[in-house]
Amino acid sequence: MTKAIVAGMAFLLAGISAQGATTDVELEAMKPNLRDFPSLQRGMTLYVNYCLGCHSLKFQRYERTADDLGIPHDVALGNLVFPGRARPAGMDGAAIGDLMQTAMPLERAKAWFGKPPPDLTMVDRVRGTAWIYNMLKGFYVDPTRPFGVNNRVFENIGMPHVLAGLQGVQRRVEMRPKSLDLLDGLDTLVRKRADGGYAKMATAADDSPATEDRLIRQPLVKYEVDPGTGSMSAAEFDQAAYDIANFLHYVGDPGRLERRQMGVWVLVFLAGLFVLATLLNREYHKDLHER
Amino acid sequence: MKPTPRSQAPFGVGSTRGPLTRLVAWVDERFPLTRTIEDHGTKYYAPKNVNFWYLMGALSLVVLVMQLLTGLWLTMSYVPTGDGAFASVEYIMRDVEHGDLIRLAHSTGASALFAVVYLHMFRGLAYGSYRKPRELLWLIGMAIYLVLMAEGFFGYLLPWGNMSYWAGQVIVSLVGAIPFIGEGLMEWVRGDYGISDITLNRFFALHVVALPIALIGLVFVHIVALHHVGSNNPDGIEIKDHKDDKGVPLDGIPFHPYCTVHDFQATVAFLFIFCAIMFFVPEMFGYFLEKPNFEQADPLKTPDVIAPVWYYTPFYSMLRATTFPMFGLDAKFWGLVVMGTAILMPAMLPWLDRSPVKSMRYKGLLSKAMLALLVVSLFVLGYLGTIHTTDLTTAIAQVFTLIYFAYFVLMPWYTRVEKTKTPPERVT
Repeated sequence: MTKAIVAGMAFLLAGISAQGATTDVELEAMKPNLRDFPSLQRGMTLYVNYCLGCHSLKFQRYERTADDLGIPHDVALGNLVFPGRARPAGMDGAAIGDLMQTAMPLERAKAWFGKPPPDLTMVDRVRGTAWIYNMLKGFYVDPTRPFGVNNRVFENIGMPHVLAGLQGVQRRVEMRPKSLDLLDGLDTLVRKRADGGYAKMATAADDSPATEDRLIRQPLVKYEVDPGTGSMSAAEFDQAAYDIANFLHYVGDPGRLERRQMGVWVLVFLAGLFVLATLLNREYHKDLHER
Repeated sequence: MKPTPRSQAPFGVGSTRGPLTRLVAWVDERFPLTRTIEDHGTKYYAPKNVNFWYLMGALSLVVLVMQLLTGLWLTMSYVPTGDGAFASVEYIMRDVEHGDLIRLAHSTGASALFAVVYLHMFRGLAYGSYRKPRELLWLIGMAIYLVLMAEGFFGYLLPWGNMSYWAGQVIVSLVGAIPFIGEGLMEWVRGDYGISDITLNRFFALHVVALPIALIGLVFVHIVALHHVGSNNPDGIEIKDHKDDKGVPLDGIPFHPYCTVHDFQATVAFLFIFCAIMFFVPEMFGYFLEKPNFEQADPLKTPDVIAPVWYYTPFYSMLRATTFPMFGLDAKFWGLVVMGTAILMPAMLPWLDRSPVKSMRYKGLLSKAMLALLVVSLFVLGYLGTIHTTDLTTAIAQVFTLIYFAYFVLMPWYTRVEKTKTPPERVT
């Protein structure tokens, strides 16, 4: 009996800790841009309104974020700063110097989700920005899951689709073409190549000929949003997902942009110093030839 | 009139007895200041034909000092506890003024130090710098290398990221493979049943106090020994064999200013590369800072691939390539033996090399081929150490482990049978 309980617990733990085991899902490319301040500001707005309720950024401070993104302190305090659970008792409201803590009580978070939602300060550095972007867009209806949704890049994700109000209800549509002829209609997914072969659009660079076997064995999948269920158009939601991912890219290493700007000057200085050092070295070594 | 060579008036003191001259004279009566500067600078003679490879020693010293300084500043904000370590590193990265530069200089510096030390060691292999009378100099250098490896390993645990934790777990568990006493010894090393707060504390103490002191001491002794026997050079001949009537080597140049000014130029070039990495690609595509280490240590979650940092991976590959038990002992134990022997093997070089010449320039084809194979094997093993093992990669690693050992074990044979060229009397 004890053995069975231990085995059961181990099974549960394994299920929980195998979060987002690296999937082979192809990710749509996404290039973050730390100079796009409007995007970063929108990203922060979306993050504190939709994500911070559960996911803290506990190593990052509001003040630094506001300063780096060019948001005046009073605007930030009035709209973006929320008191987190870590504030000492007796202190009201939130201060601009606070860490970006979540307000969700730890004990309840454990009860609701099995374990507290993870802190996301470093998620960009662990998973990459493109992963976040695809994951935000990857929720689809799956009645077998506790929250009614699953995720294309994060299988069996343990959270609801928080942005569903913006994106709408997305469904996963599977197609199993019986022969190559049927594929011609699905030109969004499969392209007939000039040489008569077939290639999946996402792997157009793949030079190996797409054989009939291979295509038929791989179910072709597309994701479709039910029209009218979200407040944003597809393009608007893509931009929102981009902004959040871009913001988390900034949060992962807030000094990055400043370092790049400073680094240019450091290298210019060192290049100049190298010229002087070379001339100095040459001048001294003239002595040796005179001897 | 020919101007006075600068080497004879290094401080521009001249003949007038100004206040500086009198101060120096005052000090000299109480401390051998001028003599030390002369013995180790202005009248220490280095071969005039030293090349690029001879800059690595000076660069090692530069990076060591950088590591000591950045480490000192990191210690001011770092919290050596299981709860606080990871957060304190992020605190340094975000809230400490220019803390990210201090931290990234230290993490980039760790890799840079190993890079220049490996190039420095390669120079020794190529030009026979370990041969008589420099055997002890070479052994002190090997001791520095061992302490450096320990220093790097202990330091790697300190950020308390998930890779820190699991790499620490894997390496410390090797101690457990030692027969009979292994289990107890492992517990003694960790101070706990697993890698824990206590382990982190003692690794911190070793990393910031014990090993740096040992390093500084050994580097000092290394330089004292070097200045006693004099630098080798690419021809592998002794400049002390040909001196003028004042006892100055004919092929020597005063270390200061001629070598120092050259080392300064090299340092600036080195800093350019260093800063290009530190400011723009501090992770160096996962080779300097690994992705799993941006997650806090988690005993319940193993990273996909557990791999040490690049400067250990050749030896880690050898450890993993040892897959067969022998004499009733675990393969893991023999892996430890193979790895340890591989690391210590270069210390035997002074007694393995039987060639009549020192430098690769005058050695035969076999020596050159073996050295090239050694370099190739280190690169291959180094790469294999960063990826998942399969049967194929293990087989490749086994072949290259044998090649690595062949360089050393076969050296007494191939250095004797090959045809060598006669080195010149004077440096070229």
